[in-house]
Amino acid sequence: MIEVKNLKRSFQDGEVVTTVLKGIDLRVETGEFIAIMGRSGAGKSTLMYQMSLLDEPNSGEIHIDDNDVHNWSLEEKTKFRLEKLGYVFQDYALIPDLTALENVAVPFLMRGMKKKNAYQVATEALARVGLGEHLNQLPSQLSGGEQQRASIARAIAHRPNILFADEPTANLDNESSRMIMDIFVKLHNEGQTIIMVTHEEPYGKLAQKIIRLDDGKIIKIEKN
Amino acid sequence: MFSFINYRLGLFLAIRQVRRASLWTNALIVVVMTLTFLNLVVVSGILVGLIQGAVDAVRVEYTSDIFISTLKGKTYIENSPAVIAVLDKEPRIEAFSPRYLQSAMLEADYKIQHKDTEILNTVSASVAGIDPIAENKISGLSNILVEGSYLAPGDFDQILLGSYLTKKYFPIESAVFNTLENVSAGTKIRLTINGNVREVTVKGITKSKVDETNMRVYMDASQLRNLIGRGDYNVNEIAIKLKPGVDPVALRDALIAQGIGQMARVQTFTDAEPKFIKDMIMTFAILGNIFSSLGLVVAAITIFIVIFINAITRRKFIGILKGIGISGHAIELSYIFQSIFYAIVGSALGLVIVYGLMVPYLNANPIDFPFSDGILVAPISSSLLRLSLLVLSTIIAGYLPARMIVRKNTLDSILGRN
Repeated sequence: MIEVKNLKRSFQDGEVVTTVLKGIDLRVETGEFIAIMGRSGAGKSTLMYQMSLLDEPNSGEIHIDDNDVHNWSLEEKTKFRLEKLGYVFQDYALIPDLTALENVAVPFLMRGMKKKNAYQVATEALARVGLGEHLNQLPSQLSGGEQQRASIARAIAHRPNILFADEPTANLDNESSRMIMDIFVKLHNEGQTIIMVTHEEPYGKLAQKIIRLDDGKIIKIEKN
Repeated sequence: MFSFINYRLGLFLAIRQVRRASLWTNALIVVVMTLTFLNLVVVSGILVGLIQGAVDAVRVEYTSDIFISTLKGKTYIENSPAVIAVLDKEPRIEAFSPRYLQSAMLEADYKIQHKDTEILNTVSASVAGIDPIAENKISGLSNILVEGSYLAPGDFDQILLGSYLTKKYFPIESAVFNTLENVSAGTKIRLTINGNVREVTVKGITKSKVDETNMRVYMDASQLRNLIGRGDYNVNEIAIKLKPGVDPVALRDALIAQGIGQMARVQTFTDAEPKFIKDMIMTFAILGNIFSSLGLVVAAITIFIVIFINAITRRKFIGILKGIGISGHAIELSYIFQSIFYAIVGSALGLVIVYGLMVPYLNANPIDFPFSDGILVAPISSSLLRLSLLVLSTIIAGYLPARMIVRKNTLDSILGRN
């Protein structure tokens, strides 16, 4: 479960202050699949970054599984991200020097797992997203859809409490996008909590709920 | 920072980053580190080698391994035959050359009529009476002839002239330092010692890196003794060459213990080095250290720039690693490991170049400096110390930029925001 209360985030550029989130209250239950939608500049990615502990809100509270994470230090948040959260970024965000297998295995090495075991878990995760034949390929040797699937494998390999996805289909063709969304739906059916930012209506409708944002505020919550 | 997991992951990331970096990038960084290492070792090594060349020349062409000379206030080595008898029996000695020394006046063009106002073509010099064969074993005089030929035993009225005594090889204009004009091998000159005048022929001219040798006249010892009327066989200096592996200090002490120290000054080649050489060794060592320090700073700045550029261009990926929960310390360590790798590989290549190529080449083909045959002096201990300093400075220079980038806001790094 993740809950945010009166979350505010603004950015300062010189003397100009731009408030992107203007007091967000939101609760996502364990196992839910949420799509955050809105026009460009509505604050959807910013909201996801606060909830996923990649950014610091100016004010407000964030509770994840009854942890008051907004009070944690950077080190505590980093450790929490490693163990409990998973990320899928718009541009795949794979490390170019590491093979698909190594990209997925790195978080396990950080958790102290032996290399052999880390590679075993990473292999299984890559097989789940259909990349069992591409373990030793570098990101540059994979197509966009394959890179995004490798990114999903990295995000889900450790069975995170919450999977965050920021516009996961934005850079993909229709076929690859459908393949990625099929994976998300399957993960959700297996009980995975997913919070996805998207601007594509058909993919948003695959989620259980759509949170519609405009001008830094939630304007509507739709159930599918 | 110093957890096993951070080290292991830092190494994991560093190995892959180096292994999968462009070959040219790796080669460029390694070449920069190699040049930096060479700068540290070779610049100071040549400076020291320049002086070492001069020291070696003095040893080879003048003092040899042990040098026996007159005690202060004495005009010759007293009881020289007894000293020589001791040397004859000493099994650790390979050869020795006793030398008689006498001040002399040399005059060329003496058959030409001079006006009263004209300055005569003369020069003062020290004449060394030698056994040509023994001396050649010690100083290799026959190898440094620039013209003419070497003395033979008993050569009557024949001399070798040091190059500094001739204008031909030492063309300076000085009111206090005269040279002989119009002199070459075969020229007859007039030699005046203690009022005794003899016409001698220049059989050869020697040119050395050692001033003492360049400013001397050499002639057969028996001829010189006749000329100066010395029948006591007391010599002024003895240069002693030791058998390979013999410690000069040990033999010096043994000779002194046998009483030679009462009759003469017994010195190793190091003891006998002229003071200006010792001062120059000190001066050049200081200069070498200054250059090395500057080289170290340059090395640190170079690796800082290399790692900074590397880290700044990979800022997004550093952000992603932090975003997925990788410790910043592990990422910093990955850059430190890379720095160490480049420093060690570059230095190793530098060591191969120094000890595999430069030292042997310069030993065989010394640089022809005016007062020295310059070699490259690079003791392995000193090179390893410089390597250690280079690696240490590289660690710091690699850590700082990595730290700067890793400390940046994670999301800003991922999104490429400033």
